[in-house]
Amino acid sequence: MIDILIAFLILLGGAFALIGSWGLARLPSLMSRLHGPTKATTLGVGGCLMASMLYFPTHGLSWSAHELLITLFLFITAPISANMIAKAYIHRRHSETRMTVETARMLPDSPSGPAEWATFGVADADRPKQPSGEPAQPL
Amino acid sequence: MIETALSIALGCVALAMLLNLYRLLRGPTAPDRILALDTMVINAIALIILFGILEESGTYFEAALLLAMVGFVGTVAYTKFLLRGDIVE
Repeated sequence: MIDILIAFLILLGGAFALIGSWGLARLPSLMSRLHGPTKATTLGVGGCLMASMLYFPTHGLSWSAHELLITLFLFITAPISANMIAKAYIHRRHSETRMTVETARMLPDSPSGPAEWATFGVADADRPKQPSGEPAQPL
Repeated sequence: MIETALSIALGCVALAMLLNLYRLLRGPTAPDRILALDTMVINAIALIILFGILEESGTYFEAALLLAMVGFVGTVAYTKFLLRGDIVE
C-alpha cells in the first residue's frame, strides 16, 4: 500500500518537473516563462522529496531531517530568485530602450495624488496626453 | 513497482534538463539564461534525490542540500550583477 503511494509521488514529481521545464521552453516571453519553473518544478522536487521521506523509514533505513531541510530551503528561495530575475529583466528592458508610451500603458495605474511609479516613470515629452486636461504631474 | 516509477521519473527529469539546456542556449536575454540555469539546478536536485532512492543511500542528501544552497546564491549573484554591475559593493 505504502509502495503505491511512494510510486505515485515519484511519478507526480517527475511529471511536474517535466511540465515546468516544458513551460520554460515553450512560453513566449520571460514574464510568462517565470511561471513554469517557479511553481511546477518546485512542486516536482517537493513530490520527489516526499517520496524519499516516505521510502527510507518504511524500507528499514534510517530517517534523516535532510529532506525537510531541502524542502524548506527550496520553497523559501524559489519566490525570491523569481522576484530577482523579474526585477533584473524589467531594469534591463528599461535601460536598453527608453520607455515608450506603449510600455507606459502596460504598467498598472500609479497611486492617486502627487506620487507615481518612481523607477519606471515616463519623461514629460513621452507622456500620453490626458483627455481630461489635467496638468502633467512633475517627475 | 517503485523501480519502474523511478526509471520513468528519471527519464522525465532528464528530458526536463534537456529542455532547460535548450532555453539556456537559445534564451534571447540574459535573465532567460539565468532562469534556465536556476531551473536546471532544481532539476539536478530532483535527479540526485531520485538516484539516492534508487541506490537506497542517504549520502546523496548532503549533495542535494549543498546544491540547493549554492544554486540560490548563484542565481542571486547573477541577478545582482545584472542589476548593479557588481556583486559585492
